[in-house]
Amino acid sequence: MAAEESYPDDIRYHREHDWARIEGDEAVLGITWYAQDALGELVHYEPPEQGATVSRGTPYGEVESVKAVSDVIAPISGEVLEVNKAVVDAPETVNEDPYGNGWLIRIRLSDPAEAEQLLDAAAYREVLAEQ
Amino acid sequence: MKLIFERSREGRRAATVPRPDGLARAEAPQELRRRRPPRLPEIPENEIVRHFTKLTTRNFGIDTGFYPLGSCTMKYNPRVNERVAALPGFRDLHPLQDEEGSQGALELMVELQEILAEVTGLDAVSLQPAAGSQGELTGLMLMRAYFADRGEGDRRRKIVVADTAHGTNPASVTMAGYELVKVDTDKRGNIDLDDLRAKVDDETAGLMLTNPSTLGLFDEHIEEIARIFHESGGLLYYDGANLNAVCGISRPGDMGFDIVHINLHKTFSQPHGGGGPGGGPIAVRRRLEPYLPVPAVVRDGRRYRLEFDRPKSIGKVRAFTGPFGVFVRSYAFILAWGRELKTMSEDAVLNANYLLARLRDAYELPYDRLCMHEFVLSARNLKREHGITALDVAKRLMDYDFHPPTIYFPLVVPEALMIEPTETETKETLDEFADAMTAIAREAAEDPDVIKSAPHNRPVKRLDEVKAAKRAVVRYRFEDHPDLAAEPTASAATEAPKGV
Amino acid sequence: MTYVCLTDADREEMLATIGVSSVEELFRDIPEGVRLKRELDLDDPLSELEIVQRLERLAARNVPAGEEISFLGAGVYDHYVPAIVDAILERGEFLTAYTPYQPELSQGVLQALFEYQTVICELTGMDVSNASGYDGTTVAADACYIAKHATGRSKVVLAESLNPQVRQVVRTYAPGFGLEVVDVPHREGVTDPEELRAAAEGAAAVIFQQPNFFGCLEPAPELAAAANDAGALPVAHVDPVSLGVLEAPGAYGCAIAIGEGQGAGNPLAFGGPHYGFIAAREEFTRRMPGRIVGETTDVDGNRGYVLTLQTREQHIRREKATSNITTNQTLLALGGLIHLCWLGPQGLRELGETCMSLAEHTKDRLGLQPVFPERTTFKEFAVRIGRPAVEAIRAARTRGVHPGYPLGRDYEGMDDVLLVAVTEKRTLDEIEALAGALAA
Repeated sequence: MAAEESYPDDIRYHREHDWARIEGDEAVLGITWYAQDALGELVHYEPPEQGATVSRGTPYGEVESVKAVSDVIAPISGEVLEVNKAVVDAPETVNEDPYGNGWLIRIRLSDPAEAEQLLDAAAYREVLAEQ
Repeated sequence: MKLIFERSREGRRAATVPRPDGLARAEAPQELRRRRPPRLPEIPENEIVRHFTKLTTRNFGIDTGFYPLGSCTMKYNPRVNERVAALPGFRDLHPLQDEEGSQGALELMVELQEILAEVTGLDAVSLQPAAGSQGELTGLMLMRAYFADRGEGDRRRKIVVADTAHGTNPASVTMAGYELVKVDTDKRGNIDLDDLRAKVDDETAGLMLTNPSTLGLFDEHIEEIARIFHESGGLLYYDGANLNAVCGISRPGDMGFDIVHINLHKTFSQPHGGGGPGGGPIAVRRRLEPYLPVPAVVRDGRRYRLEFDRPKSIGKVRAFTGPFGVFVRSYAFILAWGRELKTMSEDAVLNANYLLARLRDAYELPYDRLCMHEFVLSARNLKREHGITALDVAKRLMDYDFHPPTIYFPLVVPEALMIEPTETETKETLDEFADAMTAIAREAAEDPDVIKSAPHNRPVKRLDEVKAAKRAVVRYRFEDHPDLAAEPTASAATEAPKGV
Repeated sequence: MTYVCLTDADREEMLATIGVSSVEELFRDIPEGVRLKRELDLDDPLSELEIVQRLERLAARNVPAGEEISFLGAGVYDHYVPAIVDAILERGEFLTAYTPYQPELSQGVLQALFEYQTVICELTGMDVSNASGYDGTTVAADACYIAKHATGRSKVVLAESLNPQVRQVVRTYAPGFGLEVVDVPHREGVTDPEELRAAAEGAAAVIFQQPNFFGCLEPAPELAAAANDAGALPVAHVDPVSLGVLEAPGAYGCAIAIGEGQGAGNPLAFGGPHYGFIAAREEFTRRMPGRIVGETTDVDGNRGYVLTLQTREQHIRREKATSNITTNQTLLALGGLIHLCWLGPQGLRELGETCMSLAEHTKDRLGLQPVFPERTTFKEFAVRIGRPAVEAIRAARTRGVHPGYPLGRDYEGMDDVLLVAVTEKRTLDEIEALAGALAA
């Protein structure tokens, strides 16, 4: 049921195993294949409130599997526009499709320049090699 | 197997409540009265007994077989302790009975306090905390009161905890309102002294440590660790979960610890009861005595009494003076050993080292040292070579009629198996267990499927924990009982599928 | 020595396998400086017979209920616990098992706890119960912790008519939780909803007791409404034995129900071990402390039980856990389950009615001044006896009667007040003896 391992080139990564897809002055955030694999099948997603502020490098929510709970770290700062209700209802969506249907929140960027500090797929793969 | 609610039939009952004739009936006012009765089962007494007896056939205790759960000290629970705890003079004694009417109970408590002080090498004891975790929290509260009294409360915000610690330690730190600082373990299984020195300063209130650690290893630098903390003005807290290794050999007070909690349900044989009760008394250095919970139980010449006048006490962590029934059992247990308590720990350590010697080749040994009363193996070699995990080994052990050891703890060891045999096991039992573990390692290579599909002989096979977490069904839903079984049950009267 | 399993021959073989020459060598990692260099200062080991004799001598120096006619309550009660409770709890498969970490070996305990959780939810009208807390005081601290994190507020309000030990324990836990604790005084033995509402502004939770420490029935639905109006979580501390005749907290707007379970299934035992229960509405499920058992299926589709939502707990969530509790009070909670199943819904109702009626009868027979004459009481009531209660107790005890608890220990202006508890065990003759002992 879980997806095959992949780290798409069209998105950016944070070393705490979170990703951001930048779309103009907005971004969609989620967790990487590595993160969902380490946790196992997700059973719960605790999202932030719509309108909440998320700050780069700090947690904005939690995901839980049977054996672990993990903070979800914001790779980039902004204001929460939308929470992915599909994941709240069916957290395993993240395991099935971590970069597509398994997106967690959509934000309006507060400081677009922060995107430059994110890792590309190659750099993130290097981080994984160190694990 | 049916739930007891599924055995209920309207109009059946077990109890009769006697009621004097002609007694005028008193009732609650209408607005406070129960409208709908609670849906307790309506069931005759023999059915209740059968139901619970059947449940016992689906459960494994120390009485059933070898139960090497690391850090739980699953030793034999002597039955004489149950007999004495049931003496009416203990069992039916009200905690608010006058002191004149409870001298026997108070004397027992004072004697137990004195014994625990001697065993831990400390000065004053409170028996009040209900379990080890509560003992930890009480100890941290004591620290807070002590430092507040010295005007250092605001400054000292941090508690240092080893990365191998039980999860209770960091959880207690948070509940006590402290900040957590983690310190690493080095390759020999000791606390990394350099890391420790970097993390201890005048904002540190203290250290929480268990010694031997959850790796079953005695920290060789304990004297230096104590020095580091005491020089910075901090206190040392000893998690007594592993006390079974060192009774009569080394005392936490002599190691430098200032506050100790003892798990009466581990070292001192209070039966575990399926998850409790326990007892978590704490022992402290004299200078911390004023902060202990109230009431204190004290000897006053030849009488015993409760002392409430302790102005610096942190207050109360539990009702009355603590779980007295637990004290009776532990006291009786200690009387059986007396000053020979050291033999208990020696045999515990001998049994563990013997198993270690027998298993070190079939599994990976993360720390190549003599162990104390428990040791940790890794099943990483089996995972790497055959895809067999610690979980798989645990399930297969059930087929050999053993309770598995603790798995996946401590976190610093991957595929961890934490094994604590205790002293109440014969060499034959240890050999049988070692043979089973070795056989499973062989099966991993020759027949991994039999391991993956284990257990085979239990009332259930491997259970879906994901389903239980996602859609938590935590009570019997009378209104619709959504049976999660694959085949729907036609009604409450039908037996569950597959005749379990 | 009694529990030793190894012979000298065994030890020799084992040492050889290990590769050391003595047991002493196994401890070589322990530094000299921390070794105990003398024997422990304890007595000689005793045989089983001697242990029993010693403990019997100690027990004989206590006066248990049964050796005097006892009307002592104040939080724990002399109810009749049926014989099947001991018969079942003595079985080694329950008694000597530990926390059910390996569910395939522990379906007995897990299913029993699932049934216990169900019974607690039924009694309290709630959606989720844990598998027990330490006692009726610590579950109040647990409720405050839940409320703080659920509401984001840092104040809790306690009714003064709530058991003093419960309030004291909450106050002991409060500094670590970062909570301010405020009391609301009782007015003629109960709590005033308007006063409660005012105090509950900005509070995370309000805790009141039903029936309260004086035995009086509080206007519980109004107290719950007052708390809800102020945005605080109403928490009711209830007596399980009363829940066959009194309404369930879940039915009158409470968020959490807690209590001391002892009266259902446990002996007095000089204060413990007993069990605390805590149950809540569904929305608080993930904030519940302690073990929770859930239903699931195995790979063949058979129904089974597991510890669930473990990510709340210390062994996974560590410093962010909902509580540090690990070992709880399982065996005592099982005692409660068995007792409550034995009573059944009819029996529980009859038990509550009998206690209440006997207490009313006792009030009549005593002919003493009730402290709160306007209040309906359940199984306990407070009377003024015209002289220091402590003296009256001493005098009555010389006549084989323990008349009750001296409320002056906990409340101002009540040195002449006795709190008298009447359970189903008290006969009419015993009540006459009480009347006689207090009239003297």
